[in-house]
Amino acid sequence: MFGFLLRRFGTMVLTALCLTFVVFYLTNLPPNLEKIAKTEAGSRISDAEVQSWLEKNGYAQPILVRYGEWLGVIPGWTRTEEGVTTGRCIARGQDPAEAATRCGVIQGYWGFSNVFKEPVSEIIGKRLGLTGWLMLFVMLLMVPSALIIGVVAGMREGSRLDRSLSTFSIASTATPEYVSGVVFITLFATPMLGMNWFKGTATSAADDITFWNFFLPVLTIALYGMGYIARMTRASMTEVMTAQYIRTARLKGVSFRNIVLKHALRNALIAPFTVIMLQFAWLLNGVVIVETLFNYKGFGWTLVQAAGNNDIELLLGCSVVAVFVVLVTQLISDIGYVYLNPRIRIG
Amino acid sequence: MDALSWGSIIVAVLGRFWPVWIALAVTYALSITFKRRLGLYGKLFDSPIGMIGFAIVMFWVFTALFADVIATHDPLSQISGMKNKLPGTPVTSGDVYPYYLFGGDNLARDVFSRMVEGSRIVVTIAPVATLFAFMVGITLGLPAGYYGGRLDTVLSFLANLILAFPVILLFYLLVTPEMVETGLPRYMAAVLFLFPIVFLAILWNSRFYVQPTLRNIYLAVTLVVGGWVYLGLAWNADPLGIIAMPANILIVFVSVVFVNSPTVFRIVRGLALEIQTRDYVAAAQTRGEGPWYIMLWEILPNARGPLIVDFCLRIGYTTILLGTLGFFGLGLEPESPDWGSTINQGRRLLSIAPHPALVPALSLMSLVLGLNLLADGLREESLKD
Repeated sequence: MFGFLLRRFGTMVLTALCLTFVVFYLTNLPPNLEKIAKTEAGSRISDAEVQSWLEKNGYAQPILVRYGEWLGVIPGWTRTEEGVTTGRCIARGQDPAEAATRCGVIQGYWGFSNVFKEPVSEIIGKRLGLTGWLMLFVMLLMVPSALIIGVVAGMREGSRLDRSLSTFSIASTATPEYVSGVVFITLFATPMLGMNWFKGTATSAADDITFWNFFLPVLTIALYGMGYIARMTRASMTEVMTAQYIRTARLKGVSFRNIVLKHALRNALIAPFTVIMLQFAWLLNGVVIVETLFNYKGFGWTLVQAAGNNDIELLLGCSVVAVFVVLVTQLISDIGYVYLNPRIRIG
Repeated sequence: MDALSWGSIIVAVLGRFWPVWIALAVTYALSITFKRRLGLYGKLFDSPIGMIGFAIVMFWVFTALFADVIATHDPLSQISGMKNKLPGTPVTSGDVYPYYLFGGDNLARDVFSRMVEGSRIVVTIAPVATLFAFMVGITLGLPAGYYGGRLDTVLSFLANLILAFPVILLFYLLVTPEMVETGLPRYMAAVLFLFPIVFLAILWNSRFYVQPTLRNIYLAVTLVVGGWVYLGLAWNADPLGIIAMPANILIVFVSVVFVNSPTVFRIVRGLALEIQTRDYVAAAQTRGEGPWYIMLWEILPNARGPLIVDFCLRIGYTTILLGTLGFFGLGLEPESPDWGSTINQGRRLLSIAPHPALVPALSLMSLVLGLNLLADGLREESLKD
């Protein structure tokens, strides 16, 4: 188990390094840097001025060196011009002698957002908190309903209840967030049909979450993920229900209720656990779409703003968080799978 | 003229789709008559769910095919006074179809015609992109599963790398004007579009290398036709000037293929791992068949069931991805009638006029639902063997 964990962790770190480098490379392509120079130093500057601005601000070094600086393993650049020393790690007005030599993600320095004019770590912390609430309510709604639908459908395979619940699951996986969101807003948040019950935006939920401003975004995300988990639960439940020990229990005269609750349920929930953990990566997509649609200023909204405004440092920060979430949930799902299912023993 | 009532709107819309109804009726009549001779496709008509799914999918395919006949107006033309008008509003000016059946959008264009024309973009890009993703996934997944070892480790690591990337972030990084400027999408297209040609070339060579004349004919045809299409699609350098792909469609296409291929790779690899333990593979190995022959002519045909089912599901997923791209205004030009972009434009005005966003949203949903039902039906029928 320990060897497995170690190997798994090594792969994870390697993956994280590769992914962040790819993001770093793609966000630091020459056209993006040129755009930054033009927004910072004036849009009418010549190519030579762009070049000198980039050199002055440390953007002109080789990409690997810059990636190392950003990561915090290579000392940040410094530059002395007319007696004034500037550098990556030297804040404006700070004495160069006091500044740290390395400053990067590892040291906790995430950079400065040039759109929000705030340190990236502060923005991300604040926005992640808001998204955390969204995720929490989505999970609270999605997981229990998906498991109930799956278990009830898989309990008696082929029955009419199974057919209708399965069709519902298929329909829910066929409805992406931007479709169900639009439909929900039209139905429940516009005066068109007279059912103007909810708010069509969730902006106010940032300060004060109420049922009326938060239910629609939560439902929109939960619905898309629900179908998939329910189908997985159903498949696993039908498989368990045909197992030998269930037949034995039936022959012993155990009631159907007890068979489902005491014998089948535990074994049937192993597979959905993995699926639920892996759903986090999917939820991230849903979060971005829903936060944009409902104008909820959380993490997904920030990501869109950063990407749309060429805010390199913020976008990098967002991708570190996103990649981290995906990889950690993968790891948890692997470990949980081994832990829950004693039949699997890995290395 | 008065506005149409909801009843007459429905009648008028159903009437506009007449070529689709005829085509559907013919397809179903022929398929049900000859269903015993049509293999898996024929068996689909034994499952009610599969039949419903197939009907929805074919509805959109025929709509795309006959879009010019069905559409009532030009999808880009604006008629003054029709801005955000409700469904069924009569058009007073000009010598055109007298109603906006599904109303007008915020630029006074006909929502119905845009929905119909939009189906064309979705129905062409989604299946082709999925097909390309399958070619990439199969060409890499079969050797990874069959040989295993270091090749498998490296390829699986790369696939997991792409899979760990949040899709939307990837889209935002790939589908930007700056990225087009660097030419990266074109290089990606150059690599990804090579796979179908490589796949077909290996396919013919592994089977027909004992009959060199036949093989040379097949290879020549593949290379000439494939190379021609390749030059046109990937490099926009078709010597005859027939095949071309606009840069913004290409970038959408490439990113969708790129996102889909690792999942296909994983499925194919898993199937290859499982099937290579079968006796007929051992028999082929004993006969002295080459590894590519075994992979492409022994393993692949026996993996077709799950692959066909996944193909249907994946077209649906690709449709959703295309919609996502459109929803964020990435890639396709803003006037494009494709469903995602239309939803994106309509969503800002949901409280005033919901119909411009609702119509494409429900269309997209129905197409994906149809594909999912079709996949379900196919799975059920292929399991019955």
